[in-house]
Amino acid sequence: MSRSGVARFAALRTHAAFVAFVAFLIAAPFVLSEFNVTLMNYIGLATLVALGLVLLTGVAGLMSFGQQAFVGIGAYVTAWLTTAYGASPWLGLLAGFGLTGLIALGIGLITVRLSGHYLPISTIAWGIAVYFVFGNLEALGKYNGLGGVPAVSFLGWTVDTGRKYYAVIWIATLCALVAARNLLDSRAGRAVRALRFRATMAESFGVDTARLKLVIFLYAALLASLSGWLYAHFVRFVSPGAFTVNIGIEYLFMAVVGGASQVWGAVVGASVLTLLKEWLKDILPKFFEQSGNYEVIVFGLLMIFVLHLARHGLMPILARLGRGNRSPAVAAPAAAPALARRPRPRAAEPLLAVAGVHKNFGGLAAVRGLSFEVRTGEILALIGPNGAGKSTLFNVVTGVLRANGGAIRFRGERIDGLRARRIAQRGIARTFQHVNLVGTMTVLENVAIGAHLRGTMGTMAAMLRFDRDEERRLLHEAARQVERVGLSAHLAKPAASLPLGLQRVVEIARALAADPVLLLLDEPAAGLRFEEKQALAELLRGLRDEGISILLVEHDMDFVMGLVDRLVVMDFGEKIAEGLPREIQSHPAVIEAYLGGID
Amino acid sequence: MNSDIFLWLVQDGVTNGAIYALLALALLLVFAVTRVIFVPQGEFITFAALSLALLESGRTPGTLYILVFGGLAAATIELFGIWRQRTWRRLPRIAALYIALPVVVALLVVWAAPRKFDQWVQVLLVLAMVVPLGPIVYRLAYQPLANASVLVLFIVSMAVHYVLTGLSLIFFGGEGLRARPFWDAKFTLGVVEISAQSIFVVAASVVLILALWLLFEHSIHGKALRATAMNRVGARLVGIPTVLTGHMSFLLASFIGAVSGILIAPITTLYYDTGFLIGLKGFVGAILGGMASYPLAAVGSVAVGLLESFSSFWASAFKEVIVFTLIIPVLVWLSLRSRHVEEEEE
Repeated sequence: MSRSGVARFAALRTHAAFVAFVAFLIAAPFVLSEFNVTLMNYIGLATLVALGLVLLTGVAGLMSFGQQAFVGIGAYVTAWLTTAYGASPWLGLLAGFGLTGLIALGIGLITVRLSGHYLPISTIAWGIAVYFVFGNLEALGKYNGLGGVPAVSFLGWTVDTGRKYYAVIWIATLCALVAARNLLDSRAGRAVRALRFRATMAESFGVDTARLKLVIFLYAALLASLSGWLYAHFVRFVSPGAFTVNIGIEYLFMAVVGGASQVWGAVVGASVLTLLKEWLKDILPKFFEQSGNYEVIVFGLLMIFVLHLARHGLMPILARLGRGNRSPAVAAPAAAPALARRPRPRAAEPLLAVAGVHKNFGGLAAVRGLSFEVRTGEILALIGPNGAGKSTLFNVVTGVLRANGGAIRFRGERIDGLRARRIAQRGIARTFQHVNLVGTMTVLENVAIGAHLRGTMGTMAAMLRFDRDEERRLLHEAARQVERVGLSAHLAKPAASLPLGLQRVVEIARALAADPVLLLLDEPAAGLRFEEKQALAELLRGLRDEGISILLVEHDMDFVMGLVDRLVVMDFGEKIAEGLPREIQSHPAVIEAYLGGID
Repeated sequence: MNSDIFLWLVQDGVTNGAIYALLALALLLVFAVTRVIFVPQGEFITFAALSLALLESGRTPGTLYILVFGGLAAATIELFGIWRQRTWRRLPRIAALYIALPVVVALLVVWAAPRKFDQWVQVLLVLAMVVPLGPIVYRLAYQPLANASVLVLFIVSMAVHYVLTGLSLIFFGGEGLRARPFWDAKFTLGVVEISAQSIFVVAASVVLILALWLLFEHSIHGKALRATAMNRVGARLVGIPTVLTGHMSFLLASFIGAVSGILIAPITTLYYDTGFLIGLKGFVGAILGGMASYPLAAVGSVAVGLLESFSSFWASAFKEVIVFTLIIPVLVWLSLRSRHVEEEEE
């Protein structure tokens, strides 16, 4: 079978799994007993919350044990408005979204910028606080809760039985699942998938990571709130007992057991834990005389086992059983309108001017009063022994680190003190010394992150698939850059499967996808074989001829001397020499720095 | 509010705050050395407090089942490792630590419980039952994941918390228990009456905090712990066994948890799940101190105690709400200071 044939077959099988799942959902209410339909309803409600956690925890790396509080807010707002004021449940839904949105925005603004562990601790704390608020407010019926919540009706169709709710709950859940899957397969989604392990890289390509984390936090909260609204009108009763910290912990367990990095993991996790809980409640009392929360112990042990033995959850295992392979890779369209390009600077313009830059780490001065210029249309190499401060300088220029002194100008404008994504907007793209790819994403998708700033479509457009035109153009551009660096054969492979040297080349393609004016390459030739180095040198010369200026750090002197126009030599954070390759090769200070002094 | 009530609330707040401070220090220590956010610390408090109350009434606490079965589970895993790697010389140590010690302690408790010995003997029995649980829990749940990310370790903590609260309900039941005070006297200081129990709690906390400080600053084990906290790989390279430092920090955590439980048992009625909330208040204290500084964490914890005591006077129903939303302004302050882009390690 041809390559595209294999892809099409795999796609068909994925679709087959999805079609079978939908067919099961459609058939279920006609075959299952009332009790089992109710159970399915609870699975649907839990899936909504777990799906938010998959995006939040598994994909974006933010952990929340407080989703039950958002469920509670969604449920209580509608229960209170409909019972105390006779308001329409639809108003209750909107009000619930409004309040959840406000609170999530507040909590998110504070916590998403902080270290990973603050968010889970604070979500536990405020989840407890919200529980006690529900339990102590007179208007919310204290610990007894609110009863007599009315049924929802749509255009005269009253949703008043378990089977009718089944339809409503599962339509909502399916929409949320498809929207989440659409999101992950988009410009915004690629940025979200980089948040967990590669946030610095994402910032360097223009992603506002803090804002994106906030958007995901908000989305997860709104899904929880929707689940709460459905719950309140389905059960017709709300009380604080449904929103304890333990419930919040269970939602997170669902996401982890199912497989927190995949959308369908939410369905698997919610099903497994809901059914297991029901079954344990049924079976355990037969074994033990005493009453107790035995299922809690089983859940806890199950979690420990999952984390020890299958850290990525059940979904990947099921997927392997089902089709022996990962989901089909996103393919690049054969043709698409080209993306707009940046105007090239005039040849005589001074491009990057570093003037007297200092960078200290505590007492250690990594860069000391360094000054040099990169001119338009040249390749400048920055060389020096290990620890000379080259990579630190790269990080300072690209805004990953902030300089302690001095000035950096790009095309005449001060850029020191700007954040990395602002510097990226001005046309500087970089590669990293330690390869910074999202290992589970394909080469094509990784390179497409480079083109992030050349698109505009956000999360909402992605969920609704309004982004397809732009997406085609972005992927086509990404594929063009992969082809340019000579890696077309690896387009659909996960980036982590490539040898390290080629991963560095993928980094170059990603930087090129940003349409840079200035390219910063940190040891691009490390780990490449001789022919690959020659091809790389050829590529870089071609880029220079197109008007892209290049600043590179490199250790391989043969590679550097044959390629670059000028060199700057650093040692102990200072510039010790600057000039043409042949001048540098005979410069006494350089020889001393590399070979050691004579005395 | 008159000055009597004011001073009484201060006394109450400082007493609880001293216990939170002790917990906050243990939590910071465990986090620094192992990167584990040790939520189950709260269960050690519960186990110790309820075991003490049961021993006082001459009953045998179920804690010893947790100890014996936990020890056996750890021993099984270790034996499997020994059998696979043929490292038979480790056998006696494993058998002594995970089998002999728990069984001896359990037999001792079974023998001593109905005899209602002096309170100090009971305290020692409680320590003997609860303290070994720290290393056992570390061995079973955390050691295989020692290199996992903070977030994965956090989920493990929540899972362990789940298991231990479930066991707690089975062994202690749903009713609340309270232990006798160690010292019944009351002193009158001007207008205010100070209970000897409060003085005892505060003094014990201060002594323990000082002892921890001495241990950290001046002993080789303390230095090893600090080195591991700074850099795990580096510590390993200079020959510090990081598994051992993990066990040691959990041993300290379970010891501090048990002491806190013993100190708090005569002050409040504890239920099978109360320890969780008490432990979380220690966390709030630690967060008030920015999750890094020991003295600030201690100050933060006393602030939590005072806030709790005053809010229970003014708005008793919303006491917990006030304490747990307290961390939000602190987080605001911390977030305003941070500029760094956060990412996890793979």
